[in-house]
Amino acid sequence: MARMKFLCDADRCIECNACVTACKNEHEVPWGINRRRVVTLNDGKPGERSVSMACMHCTDAPCASVCPVNCFYTTADAVVLHSKDLCIGCGYCFYACPFGAPQYPKTANFGSRGKMDKCTYCAGGPEADGSPAELEKYGRNRLAEGKLPLCAEMCSTKALLAGDGDIIAQIYKERVAKRGYGSGAWGWKVAYKETIAI
Amino acid sequence: MLNRLSTILRGGLAAFILALALAAAPEAARAQGSVNPTAQSVKEQQLLDALKPGAAITGRVTIPNAQAASLIQPGRDWRAFNQETLPRIGAVALLGMLALLVGFYMLRGRIRIDAGASTMRILRFGSVERVTHWLTATSFLVLALTGINVTFGKTILAPVMGPEAFAAWAGFAKLTHNFVGFAFMLGVVLTFLVWIKDNIPDSTDLGWFAAGGGLLGKGHPPAKRFNGGQKIVFWSVVVGGFFLALSGWHLLFPTQEGIADVQWHATIHGTVAYLMMALILGHIYIGSVGMEGAFDAMGSGEVDLNWAKEHHSLWVEQEMARKGTPAIIGSAQPAE
Repeated sequence: MARMKFLCDADRCIECNACVTACKNEHEVPWGINRRRVVTLNDGKPGERSVSMACMHCTDAPCASVCPVNCFYTTADAVVLHSKDLCIGCGYCFYACPFGAPQYPKTANFGSRGKMDKCTYCAGGPEADGSPAELEKYGRNRLAEGKLPLCAEMCSTKALLAGDGDIIAQIYKERVAKRGYGSGAWGWKVAYKETIAI
Repeated sequence: MLNRLSTILRGGLAAFILALALAAAPEAARAQGSVNPTAQSVKEQQLLDALKPGAAITGRVTIPNAQAASLIQPGRDWRAFNQETLPRIGAVALLGMLALLVGFYMLRGRIRIDAGASTMRILRFGSVERVTHWLTATSFLVLALTGINVTFGKTILAPVMGPEAFAAWAGFAKLTHNFVGFAFMLGVVLTFLVWIKDNIPDSTDLGWFAAGGGLLGKGHPPAKRFNGGQKIVFWSVVVGGFFLALSGWHLLFPTQEGIADVQWHATIHGTVAYLMMALILGHIYIGSVGMEGAFDAMGSGEVDLNWAKEHHSLWVEQEMARKGTPAIIGSAQPAE
């Protein structure tokens, strides 16, 4: 099976935030929750770069490790998913995540955070693929339909790549070789304990 | 006329093209000089290298959630702490203290009233003091059990209960923990206000500690209303309770601050909690099975006079002098 990864080529990202919008629309994500976001580094300075970031679907994911109810699981495609039926909204995955991926709906006052929500790599949840229950809890399951995550599919500059780690790494390497520069595979070292030599 | 105009236009166009070419020439030369147009661009590795421990690569976001501006926080120290160090601290603190207490019980047995039970009783804790104690005590026990569940539940309970039942229990426990926390905070504040006057360390405590608190061997070192050991419990509850309350308060709102801060609060909360649990285990032991007559102080509030004379000699003298004999209330019922 493939080892699915995200790769944001910051030298191509134009901070249009279309990935953010597409994600929210595709999955009917509630107000206040952002499964994906674009962070601009050195804003307004020479060398400014923008990086689109969501859950990186880490190898040996810290969220899964610290979860007190073991609600996380990793699919055969190495996508890190979780069960909202088991999640108790404690916030531990948020403490452990290097990318600030876990989000919580503010359902009520203190102590009653809702179930955690995060990027599913457009792969839904533990419910049957494409079922209404899955759609309601986790959003669209594009992977089961043979499609890649929408954020990367519709990226206008093809800065955001999704797919098998080896393939997108190869694409990025070729780009860097051709244009002669690259700011790095953002988050790879932290998420996958490996990076792409530039 | 037309011919002249076209000549002028042609001349003008030629001049314009020439001017463009002249202007572009230095630009082209400059571009050829520098190979990398993004020489100044931020690179992930540079930012990671420059990062202080626990810090995050941070930028700017256009969404209202300011915390989302934190891009990568590479440290995994908290994970290691939460998954390895904290369970170790918890296991050593709880099992270590239990082993210590069992050992102490086997060595020393139940600490009896040397002079035997008297027929007289003296009021040790009034109703306000007992309410304060039991409010703090019951809330602490609930918090301790629901807190232990977060650290050890998934390894001990989940395999027995199954994931669904365990998640339901853990969800209930989390909610209980978050709300009972406020009862505990109130208890700690009341504890401080009610007992601070009797818990200022003084020279009698030095003598009490020098005599080992009378825990081993014969005799009881003199003590006022609270002995050195009890003062340690008081200050641990006040100081430890303060840190638990402060860190716990922050953990109720994790998305309001940076991840490094949240990790610190979770670290402090867990560590202080297990140290407090170990201490309170000792406190529960000596207040119940460990010592004859001790539970009455927080049970009915009235203790055996002989017990009071042995364990809090200076306090009894003071009470007798202050109130005279009326301080002594009722008489113990003979055992039948």
